[in-house]
Amino acid sequence: MIEIKQLCKSYGELRVLNHISEGIERGEKVAVIGPSGSGKSTFLRCLNLLEKPDSGEIWFNGKEITATDIDTDSVRQHMGMVFQHFNLFPHLTIRQNITLAPVKLKKQSQSAADEQATQLLTRIGLIDKADTYPNMLSGGQKQRVAIVRALAMNPEVMLFDEPTSALDPEMIGEVLDLIRDVADSGMTMVIVTHEMKFAREVASRVLFMDEGEIKEQNDPANLFDAPKNKRLQDFLSKVL
Amino acid sequence: MRLFLAQSLWSDFQKSFIDKDRWLMYLDGLKMTLLLALVGTIVGIILGLLVALIKYSYSTRKKNKPWLSLLNWVANLYTTVIRGTPVVVQLLILFSLSFMPNGVVASFIGFGVNSGAYVAEVFRSGINSIDVGQMEAGRSLGLSSRATMRYIILPQAIKNILPALFNEFIALVKETSVAGYIAVNDLTKVADRIKGITFVNLPLYIVALMYLCIVYLLTLIQKRIEVRYSRSDRN
Repeated sequence: MIEIKQLCKSYGELRVLNHISEGIERGEKVAVIGPSGSGKSTFLRCLNLLEKPDSGEIWFNGKEITATDIDTDSVRQHMGMVFQHFNLFPHLTIRQNITLAPVKLKKQSQSAADEQATQLLTRIGLIDKADTYPNMLSGGQKQRVAIVRALAMNPEVMLFDEPTSALDPEMIGEVLDLIRDVADSGMTMVIVTHEMKFAREVASRVLFMDEGEIKEQNDPANLFDAPKNKRLQDFLSKVL
Repeated sequence: MRLFLAQSLWSDFQKSFIDKDRWLMYLDGLKMTLLLALVGTIVGIILGLLVALIKYSYSTRKKNKPWLSLLNWVANLYTTVIRGTPVVVQLLILFSLSFMPNGVVASFIGFGVNSGAYVAEVFRSGINSIDVGQMEAGRSLGLSSRATMRYIILPQAIKNILPALFNEFIALVKETSVAGYIAVNDLTKVADRIKGITFVNLPLYIVALMYLCIVYLLTLIQKRIEVRYSRSDRN
């Protein structure tokens, strides 16, 4: 579904992504792990073009989305994204946060979007918060709302950028539960995460990134239990 | 002695305020001053927003279309010229233009254009005060940069800069006192005219007091609004 070819990205002198080529199939749950500064977030943000790659190609559903004449907005409508810092819209109610994009992009009528928001909020147990503002929610609740806000666009793939890194420890569980739930529904997902246990349990494939390259990839059992790359062995010995 | 002072003050007051219903002139002047400030602020907000959006879109793109570069150049020229020259000179130039119907219209345009150059800066800082994550979140949902600006960034930015915009209005109440230069009958001009008729200085003190009351009142309103806002921002 997503095909990445020779992706490069530098910030000034610093090469963040170094000729990355990778493919992601429909239904896959890909976890991206690696030390900080390894380029994993940049890699993820390139997939929906929040970062513009310097060179290389990204193909999504058979279309080259890195081409200059592509309508970036319509591509992004099929790719949901969840951020480390939630990025809920503080001036809108929880329900409005969820319905804004589908309604303004004419995907749904306001009443249909409201109905869908009700269903999504019921599913995550926050329906009683529908008409309050984000500042009334805990971090875990905010992130769960951010996830269903992305789901409300009915994306084909969900990108998670360290979704639990800004959370208090006791709130990580509820967010991971929801992500697991989304995974079980068959959604294609790419998750940048530091939660190794979670990656191992949910991912169908794990990529280890370091120095802007994918140094090793495998199914979780083999990657975590029989790492071959030296850097990966080092990394795992520190985090596990 | 004291009695004499009081008597002379009373007589000055009579001449400058009560005789021939002159207090009505102050009222007219006050109306004009408030009208100038209001129209100036509104025109200023529209122009300022426009300029801020042009500069913002120019600064966020790596490669710019020629028309956007041109617009950005015009916007920079506008703010530089307006902020670098006195408002009285701007008014006199506007008033000298042959197609300008009268001083009031020239003042509406003049104060609006002048205020716009300053309000642009207010809007720019307001937009910059919003976390980049908000723009990214909007864009990641597939909204265009224009839609994200309109539905997500601007509503938050405007809320943040409302006190500053209100300040601009308060400042204009005082700044418009130079409108008399181009034959506009604002509060200051009224005082000057009455002074000329009656040969007493009291009208100047009267309008000074009127300005002070208005500005004080507006400041009170502003504080009340700010308190309400800070309350709704609290977690």
